[in-house]
Amino acid sequence: MTHDIYIYLFVMSAVTLAIRILPLTLIRSEIKNVTLRSFLYYVPYVTLAVMTFPAILYATQSEISGAIALAAGIFSAWFGASLFQVSVLCCVTVFITELFI
Amino acid sequence: MTEENRRALAEGFRDGTPIGLGYFVVSFTLGIVAKHAGLTPAQGFWMSFFNNASAGEYAALTVMMADAPYLEMIIITLVANLRYVLMSTVLSQKFSPTTPFYHRIFVGFDVTDEIFGISVARPGYLNPFYNYGAMLTALPGWSIGTALGIVAGNILPESAVSALGVALYGMFLAIIIPPAKKDKIIGVAVAISFALSFLAKNIFPDVSGGTRTIILTILIAGAVAILKPVKENSEEKNDA
Repeated sequence: MTHDIYIYLFVMSAVTLAIRILPLTLIRSEIKNVTLRSFLYYVPYVTLAVMTFPAILYATQSEISGAIALAAGIFSAWFGASLFQVSVLCCVTVFITELFI
Repeated sequence: MTEENRRALAEGFRDGTPIGLGYFVVSFTLGIVAKHAGLTPAQGFWMSFFNNASAGEYAALTVMMADAPYLEMIIITLVANLRYVLMSTVLSQKFSPTTPFYHRIFVGFDVTDEIFGISVARPGYLNPFYNYGAMLTALPGWSIGTALGIVAGNILPESAVSALGVALYGMFLAIIIPPAKKDKIIGVAVAISFALSFLAKNIFPDVSGGTRTIILTILIAGAVAILKPVKENSEEKNDA
């Protein structure tokens, strides 16, 4: 580790807080640029999707249990399970699957 | 404090309690990741207190584990949290002109997907005390959960750690799948993101996860924004 963990923490916190606080304090009128609005609108879904797959396959002891958890998560979220329920279901799925692998 | 503000605080606390409990469980698994990145429980607590962001903190921890440059930390935190620009902008429109300025700073301190979700859904002007009520459970839930994950993560059996390891991804899926079901374009964007992320990981295995996230996000979200710009007001419908 050649980088200082406190500088890492300071940098990430400063960026996160700026992202949340600056729009609220600086932007008093609506953003009009449609492309920029659209980009901001799609970013969260794309970012989270990229971070979830294929990483979920390597988060567990076996890629099979990760894949089944992914399927269970998509399925339950599609049919309206809450954030907490989806999260717990994914964990339980991995735990049970790995009993048999 | 006026009667109205006190009531908003109580309602925020009530609506925020399930959020805080959910945060506690999920952030525990974030703590397990933080432990691998070499954080102490106190460092994990403060990281979560000031960031309160699952995707953003997870992305930042991958930067720490890779011992990557500070510039990459800035960019990845920016990209992973970029959605808060939109949420914070939407909230800025809900402030009454008579609400004192400093409330914008404190409300902005903890704009999360869930707190945004419950506060934007309330009719009329935003009462900052409602957000403060929700923050009273969300912030401790998330910060203490992270610290405990760092403390207790390594005394759990391997099978339990493996199972808890997917909790964060479950949370991500719960955020992206319902809008993907409602809006076909988001659904396609998510499917393309899965596919390209998988391909990129296999074709360029040496590129770090953080860099992959940044490049793919800008490429895919940029392309979709140009090809399928969001029509007026459709995002408010999705957020509510």
